[in-house]
Amino acid sequence: MSVHDLENTFQRKIDEEVKIEPKDWMPEAYRKTNLRQISQHAHSEIVGMLPEGNWISRAPSLKRKAILLAKVQDEAGHGLYLYCAAETLGMSREQMIDDLHSGKAKYSSIFNYPTLTWADMGAIGWLVDGAAILNQVMLCRTSYGPYARAMVRICKEESFHQRQGFESLLVLSKGTPEQKAMCQDAINRWWWPSLMMFGPKDSESTNSDQSMKWKIKRKTNDELRQQFVDMCVEQVKLLGMTLPDPHLKWNEARGHYDFGEIDWNEFWNVVKGNGPCNKQRLDARRKAHEEGRWVREAAAAHAEKQKIKAAKDNLAAA
Amino acid sequence: MNFQIRKFYYGDIPEEKGGGSNYQTQAESAAWPLWEVFIRSKQGLDHKHVGSLKAADAQMAIENARDVYTRRMEGVSIWVVESKYIHASNPDEAESLYDPANDKVYRHPTFYDLPDEVKHM
Ligand SMILES: [Fe+2]
Ligand SMILES: [Fe+2]
Repeated sequence: MSVHDLENTFQRKIDEEVKIEPKDWMPEAYRKTNLRQISQHAHSEIVGMLPEGNWISRAPSLKRKAILLAKVQDEAGHGLYLYCAAETLGMSREQMIDDLHSGKAKYSSIFNYPTLTWADMGAIGWLVDGAAILNQVMLCRTSYGPYARAMVRICKEESFHQRQGFESLLVLSKGTPEQKAMCQDAINRWWWPSLMMFGPKDSESTNSDQSMKWKIKRKTNDELRQQFVDMCVEQVKLLGMTLPDPHLKWNEARGHYDFGEIDWNEFWNVVKGNGPCNKQRLDARRKAHEEGRWVREAAAAHAEKQKIKAAKDNLAAA
Repeated sequence: MNFQIRKFYYGDIPEEKGGGSNYQTQAESAAWPLWEVFIRSKQGLDHKHVGSLKAADAQMAIENARDVYTRRMEGVSIWVVESKYIHASNPDEAESLYDPANDKVYRHPTFYDLPDEVKHM
């Protein structure tokens, strides 16, 4: 079959909602796009543990500490599911991790913002996990099989993340004046970065949208962002708090809330490595990797020894 | 192919927009093998493939599988097997591989027309 025929067969499968599996023929650009997206997603889960890890030892109660620990542990699992999915596209785990540590590979910029108060744990669960969920629910139907299956597993675990965050804010919103102020402050700081999580505006793209045609994505950045805004405007009312955007206004004609302009300079600045915590996050990842090296080596050496011992025992028994 | 992907979705920032650094990692001397994980979700059901993970040996693979795939009581039994021992059929040969089964409708119960009076069959 010529490449042209292969591409046609491939696109027909996509159109008919047949999942693409690792051993199936796929266009090189499809493989690369998926590899980049899945590995960046994996890195986001892993780096995403850091801002929250910051508060595990300072959680206000044992209950909150156990919840936060469970959530952070989930995120480690999410990273792992996704690295496995990415590996099926032909890049080794070691290479992906090296690319993260060298700064070549990206992760979601949201995790380059600092977690200053306990209320940030609530705001992250509600807004950051909330934004991630919208994206991930859509990705449950992505065309690449291993990615879609990882997403189904992840989505099952995510809803607790968002709910515990909202509930934690709800408690603060009913607390002392200081707790209320802390709650509002956390929402103020996390709102705009959360909107940026959906990526640049659709109008930034001039070319035909290959990712949609290949059904890697099924909704555009702006569609998802709008969905998120509409959702949060209603939810924030239950907290008795406000979102920090004077332009938020119901638009009867569109059937959606209008909202203000995102600071795209800030967005690209953080992507390029100049956010408040980029350096801190990468340093923490590198340090953990380097300090864990002896553990990985010792486990491999132990496994090797056990293998030799088992072989000897077998011989002796024969 | 001459199209370009210019739209950057969540978690999909193109490489040239990313900046970078000169950080060099040491080569990994202890690469752990990859394992496939199968979980029996309930007594009486089959083990089902759930995913894969890295581990130095089988025991660690089982322990990691417990931590990664059964945090919410998803399983009562775990199998692990090194991925390199899995042999798979070739998707390109699917047509000829399954062809012998394709035209044998008489292997299905619905092939047989019986009068309505026949009960319990
Ligand atoms: Fe996650
Ligand atoms: Fe999460």
